[in-house]
Amino acid sequence: MHVPDGFLDAPTSVATGVVAATAVAVSLRGARRELDDRTAPMAGLVATFVFAAQMINFPVGAGTSGHLMGGALAAVLVGPWTAVLCLSVVLTVQALLMADGGITAIGTNITLIGIVTVAVGWGVFVLLRRVLPKTVAMVAPAAAIAAFVSVPAAALVFTGLFAVGGNVPVDLGAVVTAMLGWHTVIGIGEAVVTGMVIASVVSARPDLVHGARPLLAERELLTRKVQVT
Amino acid sequence: MGAGHGHRLHFHGHSPVHRAPAHVKVLTLLGFMLVVVATPREAYAVLAAEAAVLLGVVLLSRVPLTYLLPRMVVELPFVVFAVLMPFISHGPRTEVLGITVSEPGLVAGVALLIKGSIGVLGALTLAATTEPQDLLRGLQRLRMPELLVQIMGFMIRYLDVVTAELGRMMTALRSRGCDPRSPRHWPVLARSLGALFIRSYERGERVHLAMLSRGYDGKLP
Repeated sequence: MHVPDGFLDAPTSVATGVVAATAVAVSLRGARRELDDRTAPMAGLVATFVFAAQMINFPVGAGTSGHLMGGALAAVLVGPWTAVLCLSVVLTVQALLMADGGITAIGTNITLIGIVTVAVGWGVFVLLRRVLPKTVAMVAPAAAIAAFVSVPAAALVFTGLFAVGGNVPVDLGAVVTAMLGWHTVIGIGEAVVTGMVIASVVSARPDLVHGARPLLAERELLTRKVQVT
Repeated sequence: MGAGHGHRLHFHGHSPVHRAPAHVKVLTLLGFMLVVVATPREAYAVLAAEAAVLLGVVLLSRVPLTYLLPRMVVELPFVVFAVLMPFISHGPRTEVLGITVSEPGLVAGVALLIKGSIGVLGALTLAATTEPQDLLRGLQRLRMPELLVQIMGFMIRYLDVVTAELGRMMTALRSRGCDPRSPRHWPVLARSLGALFIRSYERGERVHLAMLSRGYDGKLP
């Protein structure tokens, strides 16, 4: 779902570029709070992980395959600011070194895949964390729902950009319906994989999952009597 | 793996395009593509001229077209969209090969195909003629924030390490009868990805400690 050159007109591409640059600048400050002086190597390795995770394709149906976008996954694992940085770097490297996604559409791609999925995913996740029972077991389902919501949200923003900068006389209602329907299916795949990945990390190293840290801090030490015979 | 190695798309050469500084190439491609994107979609002569300029640069770089063309498959998903466009658009109808399609949709679809293909070929030419390390130095010269350059540097440096690790995990899964593409095996796949995340994260921690012990203070020499 990387947008190529020529899909949106020049003003829209430049505008999304400005949005993306601003968001990345803000994230650079935020990431220092999440990772202090470890930012460069840690974010670099997490970006590599996101890239590797995106290489795995899964069948979506009708003979096509989709791959993980990883916005919500990265946000829950390493925190929203670092996630924005990681995804932006991944998208830039893909555009400059792998010809995946147009060079004039870098801003659009960062806005859609880097910012919208992370912001929506993290927002939904934090909301769910507040509502659901405060146990570590709830992190994975919350992350799955967050991932599920984040994909159609990005599709919706893309449709909005297409309405402004696509200048093709298509019936917007039909585009919205098609995009939402299609990306709901992709969202299910994203949700299942995200939930299961988070569940496996939470069971092995819960301290590494950024989204689980407040819950870990609340955990109390359990003491109980054991009958020794 | 380490610095100085080429990457998957790089095509070794010594042409003027290879020797040009990376920041000049990135800016040129960006400017060129902005012009292409801003070209009115019915100005086929202008689009043809732009394609000719790009082909000239490709010839100058001496990267064979047989190397670049098969790698253009990355644009395939959007070819599907471009082909669909005449059917989902409205407006006046026209007939092509006996099928009634929307005229503005057809024009938009053709324009998308042309502009998208120029973009992919241009990006491939940049990737084929630029070493990743040169690209990083170029982005640094273009005043990309230092931290972002460092993150990108680490990503490029460890790209092959981590993807090779994933590849070994996939080989191990397959040799045990698992099909990573089938949804039935998603739980196994997800656990592998979880393990890959933990390994990547811990590798990051080790790299950071190794850098600290060599005097890292937030800046790379």
